[in-house]
Amino acid sequence: MQKLWMLAVLAVLCGNPVFTDDTLTVFTGANLYPIVSDPIEDGVLIIQGSTIVEIGSANSITIPPDARVIDVSGKVILPGLIDTHSHIGRGDGGDRSAPTHPDVRILDAIDAMSDSFMRARAGGITTVNVMPGSGHLMSGQTVYLKTRHARTIYDMLLCDDVNSDICGGLKMANGTNPIGNPPFPQTRARAAAIVRQLYIQAQEYRDKVKTANGNPEKMPSRNLQMETLIEVLDGKRIVHHHTHRHDDIMTVLRLADEFGFKVVLHHVSEGWKVAEEIAEANIPASIILVDSPGGKLEAVNLIYENGHDLEKAGVDVAFHTDDPITDSRLFLRQAAIGARSGMSKEKALEGLTLAGARMLGMEDRIGSLEKGKDADLVILSSDPFSVYTHIEQTWVDGKVVYDRADPEHYKYAVGGYQVYRTLHHHIHGGGQ
Amino acid sequence: MRIVSILLIVTLAAGLSLVHAQIAVRGDIVYTMNGDPIEDGVVLLNGKIIERVGPANEIAIPDNYTVYKGAVVTPGIIDARSVVGLAGMFNYDHDQDQLELSNPVQPELRAIDAYNPREELIDFLLGLGVTTLHTGHAPGALVSGQTMIVKTGGKYSEAVIDSSKMVVFTLGPRVTSNFSSPGTRSKSIAMLRSEFMKAQEYRQRQNNSDAGTKPARDIKLETLFHVLEGRLTALFSVHTATEIMATLRLADEFGFPFVLAGASEAYLVIDELKESNVPVIIHPTMIRTFGEAQNASFETASKLHDAGISVVFQSGYESYVPKTRVVHYEAAIAVANGLPFEQGLASVTIDSARLLGIDDRVGSLANGKDADVVIFSGDPFEYLTNVELVIVNGEVVKEK
Repeated sequence: MQKLWMLAVLAVLCGNPVFTDDTLTVFTGANLYPIVSDPIEDGVLIIQGSTIVEIGSANSITIPPDARVIDVSGKVILPGLIDTHSHIGRGDGGDRSAPTHPDVRILDAIDAMSDSFMRARAGGITTVNVMPGSGHLMSGQTVYLKTRHARTIYDMLLCDDVNSDICGGLKMANGTNPIGNPPFPQTRARAAAIVRQLYIQAQEYRDKVKTANGNPEKMPSRNLQMETLIEVLDGKRIVHHHTHRHDDIMTVLRLADEFGFKVVLHHVSEGWKVAEEIAEANIPASIILVDSPGGKLEAVNLIYENGHDLEKAGVDVAFHTDDPITDSRLFLRQAAIGARSGMSKEKALEGLTLAGARMLGMEDRIGSLEKGKDADLVILSSDPFSVYTHIEQTWVDGKVVYDRADPEHYKYAVGGYQVYRTLHHHIHGGGQ
Repeated sequence: MRIVSILLIVTLAAGLSLVHAQIAVRGDIVYTMNGDPIEDGVVLLNGKIIERVGPANEIAIPDNYTVYKGAVVTPGIIDARSVVGLAGMFNYDHDQDQLELSNPVQPELRAIDAYNPREELIDFLLGLGVTTLHTGHAPGALVSGQTMIVKTGGKYSEAVIDSSKMVVFTLGPRVTSNFSSPGTRSKSIAMLRSEFMKAQEYRQRQNNSDAGTKPARDIKLETLFHVLEGRLTALFSVHTATEIMATLRLADEFGFPFVLAGASEAYLVIDELKESNVPVIIHPTMIRTFGEAQNASFETASKLHDAGISVVFQSGYESYVPKTRVVHYEAAIAVANGLPFEQGLASVTIDSARLLGIDDRVGSLANGKDADVVIFSGDPFEYLTNVELVIVNGEVVKEK
């Protein structure tokens, strides 16, 4: 309290008003990309606390007299970027005791102070789906995090209660990564059979719960694996499914159809071969565009035009970094590569923002610059599609989490001696 | 007589194809890398060779020349350090010939004996405008083998520019994790010193006039001696400042010509690098910041350039996804982080050609040089720019 007093006195002395959480902050002069509508040149964006309260053109909005005005003339403001698939935070997932771990939560293993979050902030990422690896059919529950500065995982979560809320999705994988020695499947067909059997078990478990109708004597014993899978079957927990080859993609579509779960396809390297089928199934795709094909057999047919082909077929397309596969600091580059090879610029930017929000089931809260949404935004020096553009600031819930002008933040944008200390090498392959 | 007439027909056919290979490339801007860029420039190609370069208002394009137009024209891009062709895109055992682990010191391994000209990644890079590769054995052994310089397009019989250019040395954990010995950096240096001394001694004994005391030919020691006498350049794949300093010490002791590759901590020893006058083939700018490249910076190329150290780019070696990087995409990120644009472009063209000793043939658009030309839709470093046309040895090999 004494501190606040001091600040107030200091502020009066300096002639500056004291800004509280209720203060309106107004960004003026920028080119705003709301995503839900055309860019607004010389736009005005007003935030209060952690919420966007106004957005429009300069001539349509009156700036309140007591507001804090930030002149960002000539800059570009995007909604905070949403990375639908990342491995930052030094988390882990299921162990090698089984190929399926729906009970395992990555939120129990995240290092909230990891400098890899700084890489994401420097890349304009404000929300991230942190995933366990792809070496299992089900490697565990993912967690949706805001890149707020944090001491513990609780400072970053988008849910309230980790034991009763749904705080992330479920990571699944098929193709070669989860193949291994028993108890891991040795073939694709066995992989699908293991997954089907488990979901059928979950359906039966759910029937027992329904039949019990609240009667504790008839309730089956609590089973964390089954409880998680029921959330999936009920459409409350989204499956994030690693899949590359076209036939593996079709297997995911088949499973989703059989069990009726909500699924997002991830990587989808050969999505372009079955784009019509993906569109028909109304299943979204979170893709990654790396600089060359190959490196693993399933990615030899990855093409730069993947995003274009999926967009053309009518598939909802988002991007992800798969950090450290691609660097979170260069997330904007994903959209640019997509646009270079034929994606519309609108859909490419949507793929970094609102499309990702939809894939996490959070499109009501994040992903666009709209009144009532979270004040998550990125201030760019210029055109989002230019290699020469720098991310100047990243804001989460109305607070600056990255500022290129601050040397302590800048170092994370470029790297250097002992800047990044804690990155571990993420291994995708199974069997190890 | 019959042979003579066949020869005559072949010669005539060759002559005809020369006539058909007359091309004019016109660009809104032509980066010749040989003087200032030319606005509305023309490059005339006659057969496999560049015939003339200049402003459109000074060059009359002959009627029989095929004209290609575009926004930005550059020389073919040069990747100063790759493993593509030895390493293939599938990443299974039989397309991975870049590293032999049976012995930590194998300078005698020639790249050309493992290079697969039909590797799909080569054609992939060609489509992006990379027309010359300096490729060969990967980092990972103390001495892993040799490199070669090759064109990515045109006839393979004409593709090889230099079948043996450098010998690849590596220091650091990439070596020590692969072998029980050397298991440390200092053991690595001790072993290299010992091998070079053996090579010196071998050569002295070879020079003995007495045939009876001449040692049997040993292609391993012979290759090391070629390094010592500068016929082959030592390519030192190193990252930390400690490894860089050890390399400088070794080169100073034995006096061989060398270049550094990787060098992610080069910014810590700028004065020493400048003094040694060693060129640097910097790591891919987007290299993952873990392991020995943990301290990599987007700004290293810019800092080295500012200090007057010659720096060019490489796609390097990737063990996973993506299986190769694209050298001018790596340069682009350095240009976005302080390296001047012109220097970025020079690094992936004429400066790489000079470092590789092939600037008499490639790296710039000048009379008499190889007709390797790329048309870009815009700034070659910009994310949205596409390659529209690639010409190698006067032949259109990619057209969008």
